[in-house]
Amino acid sequence: MRKEMGILIMLIVMCVVVSVVNPNFLSATNLQNNARLIGMFGIFGIGTGVVIMTGGIDLSVGSVFALFGILLTYMLTKWHWPWPLAVIVTLAGTGLLGLFHGLLVTKVKIQPFLVTLCGLLFYRGLARYIADDQSRGFGYCQGFETLQTLTTGKMLGVPMPFIFLIVIASGMWVVLHKSVYGRYLLAAGRNEEATRFSGINTTRVITSAYVICTFLAGISTILFAFYTNSIAPSSHGNFYELYGIAAAVLGGCSLRGGQGSVIGILIGTTLILVLRNLVNLLGIPSSLDFAMLGIVILIGVIIDQVLQRRKIKGSHRS
Amino acid sequence: MPTDLPLLLQMQGIEKSFPGVKALDKVDLDVYSCQVVALIGENGAGKSTLMNILGGVLQPDAGAIKINGKTTVIHNVSEAIKLGIGFIHQELNVLDNLTIAGNVFLGREPLRLGPLKIIDSDRIRKRTQPYLKRLSLDLSPDTPLSELSIAHQQMVEIAKALSLNASILIMDEPTSSLTLSESRRLFDVIRQLRDNGVSIIYISHRLSEVKECADRVVGLRDGVNTGSLSRDQITHDNMVKLMIGRQLEDFYISPAANAESGYFCVRNLTTSSYPDCKISFEAARGQILGFAGLVGAGRSEMARAIFGVDRPLAGSIYLAGKELQIRSPKDAVKNGIYLMPEDRRKSGLIVEMTVSENITLPNLANLTVAGLIKHNEEKDIAWAQCKKLNIKTPSSETIAENLSGGNQQKVVLAKWLAIDPKVIIFDEPTRGIDVGAKSEIYHLMRNLTDNGVVVIIISSDMEEILGVSDRIAVMHEGKITGQLERKQFNEETIMRLAVGEGVNERQSQ
Repeated sequence: MRKEMGILIMLIVMCVVVSVVNPNFLSATNLQNNARLIGMFGIFGIGTGVVIMTGGIDLSVGSVFALFGILLTYMLTKWHWPWPLAVIVTLAGTGLLGLFHGLLVTKVKIQPFLVTLCGLLFYRGLARYIADDQSRGFGYCQGFETLQTLTTGKMLGVPMPFIFLIVIASGMWVVLHKSVYGRYLLAAGRNEEATRFSGINTTRVITSAYVICTFLAGISTILFAFYTNSIAPSSHGNFYELYGIAAAVLGGCSLRGGQGSVIGILIGTTLILVLRNLVNLLGIPSSLDFAMLGIVILIGVIIDQVLQRRKIKGSHRS
Repeated sequence: MPTDLPLLLQMQGIEKSFPGVKALDKVDLDVYSCQVVALIGENGAGKSTLMNILGGVLQPDAGAIKINGKTTVIHNVSEAIKLGIGFIHQELNVLDNLTIAGNVFLGREPLRLGPLKIIDSDRIRKRTQPYLKRLSLDLSPDTPLSELSIAHQQMVEIAKALSLNASILIMDEPTSSLTLSESRRLFDVIRQLRDNGVSIIYISHRLSEVKECADRVVGLRDGVNTGSLSRDQITHDNMVKLMIGRQLEDFYISPAANAESGYFCVRNLTTSSYPDCKISFEAARGQILGFAGLVGAGRSEMARAIFGVDRPLAGSIYLAGKELQIRSPKDAVKNGIYLMPEDRRKSGLIVEMTVSENITLPNLANLTVAGLIKHNEEKDIAWAQCKKLNIKTPSSETIAENLSGGNQQKVVLAKWLAIDPKVIIFDEPTRGIDVGAKSEIYHLMRNLTDNGVVVIIISSDMEEILGVSDRIAVMHEGKITGQLERKQFNEETIMRLAVGEGVNERQSQ
């Protein structure tokens, strides 16, 4: 809990500072806008976090957004599939990619970094090839207006992506922190061998984490696609996997695995997006966007490391 | 006391506190030159703290260290090294990507070509040679460490300490991963070093070893001196008294009451490490079957194959007359066959998780409603096991890391006891565990067999295997070379079988 507290305080301080300097931060439009982004980033951030909890990593997420974003425009505008079918195919397809990653990691025993790095390159390239390197869009969404409303609309003033995030995060909270599966996942992340020696099928547990990751990325794919309404295959979702990883790490997931919480990831995601917002609102040149992000993450990780070391010292002596 | 030898090192009134614990309270330790002093005591007695102070890792709160009568303050490890104190840790500090010479002279490599700092490979080799000779190691200085056995890697560490002109050598549990014959060679080296003027502080739990190589024994308990024994006073009983302050009754266990033979059978098991050897044995219900042998005899590989960790190449396993299909640990667990692995921190426990989470891990699926863990029930079960096995932990929510080795081992056992064991394989169950906990584990094993469980113990500790087994199977290079009933037990017979009958003692590389 202490881990999340630190970052939560950092977030609150940041929010207070921004709202004092620029009260527009608290305007309904700005809050809604932030909520929308937090929703889209948070959903796949949780997925990324789950993989990190197993001691792995998924770098392919941004390219999955491009590939399935393009495929989604094709399914809806070119082949005129009914939108529920297109949604199902997208989610099934992204889930399958995760299964593929997971099996390469657990069965073929390739390092997760390499598996998903190849994914990052391959899916991006495939997206560009399929789309002829042209932007593809949804136009006026004729025939699938419902889907557009569902992904970009609001309910009681709250943007849909944020509502999705709340639902998914609640579900994932139960799964990770209350269910047997969650315990197995964290145990396998800590010490795969000892977990296997306890009679648990760790291959299945770890593989499933990759499926969860890309499946949640699939949901974000649809949300992002309708958010931008047009997908440029070479840039859509570029670097987004790093936002997910950064959010998870800031939120207390250890890259060594076995550690992390849904709440932490949510706070981490919020912090990153507020930070981006802050760059805008405070009139900091937007070219400094990444630099700010880098510094904040570094500070967060250093603080965490210091706290951790103090804790270890304390427990050694007791 | 041998007053004829000069006093080399005196530690006087050493005190050290950690938050909440007084680790050392006015501890004295005298080391005479040319003497092997054994420092004994249970885990947590303060042996490591005392040695870490001598080695410059920790600073004492009070007390004095005198070397050759001169009071010295040792601020850090490099000062300790300069004072001639060498520390061979239990976990070896060698780099297996370097050669022997590279390890011995790490950080002090002879250089050439001035500012380019190129390592002078000729000189480093030549300088390493004499130390290897002194330890009668017939190895080239260019041998990569990765090709050496643990025993030889340890020798390399000793060579390194000697090259730093160590006059006091601290050895922390040096035999914990050595075979019997390797240990014997280490004792030869220790004696030879002693005769050549090196004093040795020897820390061990294995009292038979202490008896073999120590000139003097110093006991510690809960951070205080409990006395010392001179050469002629060193007996098993006296040492136990120093360590635990009382006589241990029934350290080992009584023989099995009754047995039902042929309950658990392994036939023609072939593992990939010894593809030409078939292992067949039967273990009786109600008995403890001991597997003796040297490290590397294929005993752990056999255990892993039975437990489904590594798929065997061939062979079948029968329990109560029924053949089992075991493809993974999951299958083994389903059939009630459990393993207490050799490396408890790596494969037995998840040290970062709580005692309760560890205990219930194999059983978790039975403690749920709709896939959600019933936390209260989980804690109750875990706590019940803690009490049943006398696990010393403040609560079931304590992180396993914070328990002593013996209690950690009991947590591993508790995992299995909660789910109706039929066969439990104990692979080196008491390695690095103090005397009191050892005895408790032996009695738990007997308790299990009395309740109809098959217990198999793999151990390289001869005393232990003779003390607890009802039958002993001896392995050598992947084969079972003999099986003995209790009345045939004899250290020499086992040793002969362990090195391969008829063959002269093989130096394991």
